[in-house]
Amino acid sequence: MPDSNGQPPSGPPEAGLSRRSFLRTSALLTTGLAALAASLKPLMDMNDFPTAERFMQKYYKELTPPEMEKVLKRIENDVEREYGIRPHVRDLKPMEGVQFVYCLNLTRCIGCRKCVHACVAENNQSRTPEIQYIRVLRLPHGSLDIEKAEHNYAPESVPEKGYFYMPVQCQQCQNPPCVKVCPVHATWQETDGITVIDYDWCIGCRYCEAACPYWARRFNFTKPSVPKERINPEMAYLGNRPRRQGVMEKCHFCIQRTRAGRYPACLEVCPAGARKFGNILDPNSEVSYILKNKRVFIQLKEELGTSPRFFYYFDV
Amino acid sequence: MGGLTLICLLGINAYARQFAQGLIVTGMSDEVSWGVYIANFTFLVGVAAAAVMMVIPVYIYNNSELHDLVIFGELLAVAAILMCLAFVTVDLGRPDRFWHLIPGLGQFNFPASMLSWDVIVLNGYLVLNAHICGYLLYCRYQNRKPAKWFYIPFVFIAIVWAVSIHTVTAFLYVGLGGRPFWNSAIVGPRFLASAFTAGPALIILALQVIRRVTDYRVTDRALLTLRSIVQVSMLINVFLLLNEVFKEFYSGNLHVASSRYLYVGLHGHHALVPWIWTAIVFNLAAMVLLVLPVSRSLRWLNLTCVLAIIGIWIEKGMGLVVPGFIPSPLGEIVEYRPSLNETVVCLGIWAFGLLCYTLFLRMSVPILQGRISKANEGAHPVEPAYVRATYH
Repeated sequence: MPDSNGQPPSGPPEAGLSRRSFLRTSALLTTGLAALAASLKPLMDMNDFPTAERFMQKYYKELTPPEMEKVLKRIENDVEREYGIRPHVRDLKPMEGVQFVYCLNLTRCIGCRKCVHACVAENNQSRTPEIQYIRVLRLPHGSLDIEKAEHNYAPESVPEKGYFYMPVQCQQCQNPPCVKVCPVHATWQETDGITVIDYDWCIGCRYCEAACPYWARRFNFTKPSVPKERINPEMAYLGNRPRRQGVMEKCHFCIQRTRAGRYPACLEVCPAGARKFGNILDPNSEVSYILKNKRVFIQLKEELGTSPRFFYYFDV
Repeated sequence: MGGLTLICLLGINAYARQFAQGLIVTGMSDEVSWGVYIANFTFLVGVAAAAVMMVIPVYIYNNSELHDLVIFGELLAVAAILMCLAFVTVDLGRPDRFWHLIPGLGQFNFPASMLSWDVIVLNGYLVLNAHICGYLLYCRYQNRKPAKWFYIPFVFIAIVWAVSIHTVTAFLYVGLGGRPFWNSAIVGPRFLASAFTAGPALIILALQVIRRVTDYRVTDRALLTLRSIVQVSMLINVFLLLNEVFKEFYSGNLHVASSRYLYVGLHGHHALVPWIWTAIVFNLAAMVLLVLPVSRSLRWLNLTCVLAIIGIWIEKGMGLVVPGFIPSPLGEIVEYRPSLNETVVCLGIWAFGLLCYTLFLRMSVPILQGRISKANEGAHPVEPAYVRATYH
């Protein structure tokens, strides 16, 4: 750059580019480029370099059915290459006339955390680092004050005297703060009430994670790792297909199961029968019965106006 | 400049590591999901917004002392916004998907998401300031009078816009109902008050550096005008802080947990306590010095400015961002400490910003002095021609 401080340039004037200054400039330039290249070296062991195809992939809602077919094929190939197992990836759409609701019986929950592990296995969650959608809180008898919750309780056996247990996962709010704050529409609520994430569209800003009052969202701080033999090959695009580094994920009511007429994994595994799931628009469903007949049920942090589709109730 | 370049390269190196391995190389977690990147971002938005505190006296109150200095303030704003954009970018988990944010090309969640507002106001502010100083400097270079209609309207837009960038950044936090520490109406006003303290304080220091390393004339009176801005803003800043502390602790409801964590520690966790008390002591000391006539002497004024800048950097950065996450919405306390890699990335971005500012000044000072202009282009170096075109 021109010497703007007004000092005379070193070297003989009028010479244009003298040999000395030419050598000096090129030496500087070479050193600079070499330094830049050296500083970029960590890119060599890139975890997950996006291919051009993945880089250019369109937003979920803009994919035409044939394009979606191609994308699903590509995902199947990717998974097969990486995990050595051919998965079955579907794009399951919400069913007409269905709105899902979850009810959890606090009188029955014994805090065994079987739901947590069933969820991890079903949804191909990262084992290292550990990602879990469900967090079971142990609360002292008589208080629903979450600040008194113990997360890392580890007794010989459960349930323990003087405590009750409250599993918390995505509450599938009717008025979800996470959806509102996402700058790129990468997360939205579907007509059956499930809030989903397009893992291929999320930019990883973690604003939704800050916005969620239930701490339901989990971020892939590095490339998730699932042992090959543990992969669940029955996958959905908006559900449990393997995620990539740098994107958000969370509970989606086991979309790959529930949109195909099955129960969520956490419900099936519960030994206490504390978990109930179904279509609130069907007056004969179990959840309709519970919400009509139980005297008390709780929506967590009701005062925030998020209106969860997840209800806690008691046997009264 | 060599030193700054070196730090920049170290920052690029650290970022390359983060890019390859993911944000796991930072100290952030699912519990504290924003850290020192967003903290610096928040602070620097304030610095950028504060450029208007020089523009207002000049264009509204016709204060001629600050007239040419406005350009230095606005160049600082440009450098600060560049740093802001860098800080947001390094915070992304998928920087390769940056294009999803571009309106028209991606899916821009406007007006629902405050982050999309922030993208608009920050880039708009960058363009406005780049236009104003670029145009004024270009005219000076051409030795001609700037056309008023081509920059004065933008100056006034920029004044309103500056308030908006910091307000929108505050709303980023305020809008989150699930985070009681942030979900408070006073956050916005506090942001502005602290920005209008730290920004001009930084400009006071920058102007003295300019005065020392170039022969550009910066009068003491100009610096003292800025001092009175810092003075008033700091008083308001401390007043608003008191308001917040009172509301949090006197009512003492459940939502006080984050504030308790910040100021006195919570259940044996108190990583931020020494920081916030340093900030408070620095802010109070700066306030007292500003009120006393002693800060009319430049040596004391500089000390005051340094105290104010550090105090506000802590308070507005880590002191605002981190406690919002502690305890987590499910009552868990997980503390946050920036990793070495994360810190090096931050230093790299600061070095990058200072490098930009140095380059801007190196280009603009000779132009403002009339040493570089179209008239003497190509001629041999002549003695500085102090032909100062008036352009107001």
